[in-house]
Formats: sequence, structure tokens, C-alpha cells
Amino acid sequence: MSALLTVADVHIAYGKVEAVRGVSLDVAENEIVTIIGANGAGKTTLLNAIMGVLPLRGRTTFAGVDMAPLDIEDRVATGLSLVPEHRELFGTMNVEDNLELGAFRIAKATAARSLERVYTLFPRLKERRKQLAGTLSGGEQQMLAMGRALMGAPKLLMLDEPSLGLAPIIVADIFRIVGELRAAGVSVLLVEQNAQAALQIADRAYVMELGEFVLSGPASEIAANKGVAASYLGFQHEGESAI
Amino acid sequence: MNTTIMLFLLQDGITNGAIYALLGLALVLVFAVTRVILIPQGEFVTYGALSYAMLATGQVPGTVRLAVAMGLVAFALDLFFARKALHARLVMRSVALNIAFPVALLGLVYALVGPNTPIAVNIALALLIVAAIGLFLYRIAFQPIAHTSVLVLLIASVGCHLALQGLGLVFFGAEGLRAPALSSAAVTAGPLRFTGQSLAVYALTVGFIVGLWLFFGYTKTGKALRATAVNRLGARLVGIRTTLSGQIAFLLASVIGAISGILIVPITTLYYDTGFLIGLKGFIAAIIGGLVSYPLTAVAAIVVGIVEAFSSFYASNFKEVIVFTLILPVLVLRSLAAPQVEEEKD
Repeated sequence: MSALLTVADVHIAYGKVEAVRGVSLDVAENEIVTIIGANGAGKTTLLNAIMGVLPLRGRTTFAGVDMAPLDIEDRVATGLSLVPEHRELFGTMNVEDNLELGAFRIAKATAARSLERVYTLFPRLKERRKQLAGTLSGGEQQMLAMGRALMGAPKLLMLDEPSLGLAPIIVADIFRIVGELRAAGVSVLLVEQNAQAALQIADRAYVMELGEFVLSGPASEIAANKGVAASYLGFQHEGESAI
Repeated sequence: MNTTIMLFLLQDGITNGAIYALLGLALVLVFAVTRVILIPQGEFVTYGALSYAMLATGQVPGTVRLAVAMGLVAFALDLFFARKALHARLVMRSVALNIAFPVALLGLVYALVGPNTPIAVNIALALLIVAAIGLFLYRIAFQPIAHTSVLVLLIASVGCHLALQGLGLVFFGAEGLRAPALSSAAVTAGPLRFTGQSLAVYALTVGFIVGLWLFFGYTKTGKALRATAVNRLGARLVGIRTTLSGQIAFLLASVIGAISGILIVPITTLYYDTGFLIGLKGFIAAIIGGLVSYPLTAVAAIVVGIVEAFSSFYASNFKEVIVFTLILPVLVLRSLAAPQVEEEKD
């Protein structure tokens, strides 16, 4: 499989403090890749920099295009999409307007088809389509943020902590939909603190600690790794130390 | 006082109020999209009015040269900010907008200017000149600091107002100007006489209000502008160019300002600094509308116009005092009604 997104030796700094140091990763077409790690490891920073929200040093290529000269708006046009941690919805506009704006760069006919698809994935959004986005529950807002991103027909969807602060039943729903995206031809780069759920649906995983990748490989291997289990899955194998 | 005087005053107030409504709407629009409190709105009024007045006498207004100069600065800024990633398409776009457009406008003005130029051509030229200035003003003064706080943007806005007012004195001189009316037609209804000019004022105000409502409620671009106002990052993440949104807002505001100016200048003599006071009354209406509500702003503007008309009849020395005092109870009520909120950091 050819790599859709390639990130090579990327450094990201806030002033003099380097939050991400020398990170490389790739995501292939039709692949679900997850980055797991503790709070503050630099996962969100990395996603934001790939999207162009933060400046980075290093090389990022998406669908064969060098991302360096492109700003956020141009990266969206190449098929890269980010669902940010804080969702960044248009709170005073209704659900349908939010979704329509997600297809801002898409032709009208294609947008109408995308809307149907999003409503099929998230029937709840169809029920609430005239409601203001700011009045939705947390889970519905997360669905709307994902739906809005999907309206732009992305090739790669980057999800930043989609399960954060949501009830377990809704988390299960969201993860089920992430799994369904692959069938629709969308690759996913998923950042999660809920490592267990993330490793279950992902093909491959990277483990991030203090701004660096300390481990990577097929998700099943990572899940079986005893150090990872101890640090992120909440149980310790006897007689083993962390990584 | 008899009914006739009252009717006259009401008519006068509504005509002025309609102008304030236009300006108030432009202020709300610009604030919603860019968070800039547009103090130079008054200068758009003066520039539009006086450029039109000079064109009507067959002179070339200095504002068109200002547009060319601002275009050059905007072009230099475009190159500077994109210096790390210059590509041909970007440079071509910048040349077309910042250099070709104002230079073509300059050529057009020199080619068409004359004592016998039709009124419609003069109006179109004046509008284009002010539109260019509004567009470049955003590019030069506000786009580089678009992410800063409302206070910083306000200070920049005051700076722009002072600079443009000073340049206005250079271009138009200290004497006031008047321009020919748009039409000499008039309708009489009872004791009232409606001139073509005041009918044009009403029609344009209503037209703009309906137009803005349709634009923001039903068009993709309008919704994108609203989205930019609600959440800048969210807008960028769906691919809306927030710089373009700012430019569109300033373009609309400058055209609205210039139209207001062109509507007033046949009625009263305008000086280089008159615009500020007119803009300020639009600002009062916008504040009463909470800087968010278009219909409330329009209604408030009519009230401001009527209060001004009556107070200039009864206590003309205190006219401005009475009008600006209107804002006090509104501010008190608003501060009581709204919970205290910290201004967001970004």
C-alpha cells in the first residue's frame, strides 16, 4: 500500500520548548492508525501541526503533495481533515448549516450526496438538524464535528480525542463509526487516551511519550506489549517493568 | 407645535435615521466577521461623498491616487508574508487585485472625468474608489493583526480613522462641498414633500437590509462569513479563507459608507471631518443593537434620527448631547442584563 500521509523527522516547539522531537509516521490508504500516550505527550500538538494550525520543522507529505507551503485552507482542499479536540463548531448556527459549511469547498451535487451519507452514519444529527449546534449534548457535538469533517469528502480524517468526556455508550458508538469509515474509503489517524478502544479498531499504533515515539507496530502487537499494558491499558503483568 | 411641524420633523428624522441605519448595519457586519469596531466608517462616508462631489465638478479626487498607493503597500505586504512560499498563482492574484485594479481605476477616472460626465458614471467611480480603499485598508491595517484582541483592533481602528481624516483634509481641503441631487423628481403627500433624494434613501436602506438578510441567511458565502464570526479556527478547518471573509466585510462596509455619503451630500454640505459624527450616530444604533442584531440596529437608527430631528428643533444647542445621551440607559440596561464575561484570549 502506498503511503497517504508521511511525516518525517518532525520537530514542533512552543517558543524554546520542544513539545515534539524528531517524530516520523506514515498512514497508508484505507488504514486506521492510532497514536496513544498520556496527557501532555504531544499528540494534539502533532495533529495540529500536520493540519497547519501550528508551525513545524521537518517534512510532511500528503497524497504526494509537500504540505510545507500550504496553509490550513489549502490542506483541507487536498483531502486532509482534522476534527479538533475542542470540536470548534459554529455554535450559533444550526446542525444543517454546520454540515453544509463542512462542504464549503465541494460542488453542490457532491455535497448533497455527502449530506445523505452523514445522516445515514449519524441518524441523530438528522433528527436535530434544525437545532443550534451549541445546544447539542457532548456526544452529539462530537458526531456533528465528525460529520462536518466528512462533508468535505476527506481522504484522511484526523480525530483528536473523540471520546473525551463522553458517556461509555456514546464512546462505543463513535468507535463503531470510525471503524465504518474505512469501508467508505476514508483513512483515519486517531489520537486517543482511551488506548484500549483505540487499539481494538486500529491497524497500527504509535506510542508517544514526552514528545517522542517510543514504540510502533501492528495494533495487536502493541496491545500485547506488557509495558504498554502497564502504562496505558491499566493492568500490570507480574514481574515486568514498564517499557 | 402643530401636526405639520411634527410631520416635518418625523420625515427629517426618518431620512437621517435611514442613513444611520445603513452605517449601523455596516458596523455590525464588520464587527461580526472581523471583531473590528470600524471607527473609519465615517471616512468612507466622507470619501464617497466628496469624491463624488469633486467628480461632479470635473476634478480628479485625490482618493483615487490614495487607492493606487494603498494597493502598492498591500502588494508589498502580500509578497512579504508569502516570501517563504511564493508561487506564480499567488503573485498573479496579488498583482491583479492590488495593482491592476487600482491602476485601471485611475486610468478610468482620468479618461471619464469632465464637467459633463453623467451622474451615474460619477457615482460608480466614487463607489469603486472607496471600495478599493476599504479593501486595501483591511489588507494593510487589520489582516496582519486579525488574531489579536478586540482592544488592539480598536486602537488600530482609531489610528486608521485619524490617518484617513488627515488625508481627507489634504484631498478635499477645509471647505465643504455639495453635489447635485440624484433626481429632481418629487412627490407631494398632504403637507409633506418627498424628494427623489429622500425616496432613494428609503429604498436603498430597505433594499440593503433585505439584501443583507438574504445574503447571510441563504447564501453559502454569507453563511461562511457568519461562521468566520462564530469560530475562526472552525471556519479555517472547513476551508473558509478567513482573510477573504474580512476583505468581503470591509468591501461591503466601505461601499455602504460611500453610498450613504453620496445620498447625503446633495442634502447637506459635507466637510472632510463630517463623516466621523455621522458614523458615530450609526455606531450608537449598532451599540443599541448589541453589535449583533441587524433589525434592532435598524430600528435604533430610526429612533436616533427622530430624536435628533426633534432635539434640533427644541434645543438645537444640545442636539448632539441629547443624541449621545441615548446610549447611557442602553449601556446600563445591557450591563445589568448580561452576565459578566471575560474577553476570550484569542
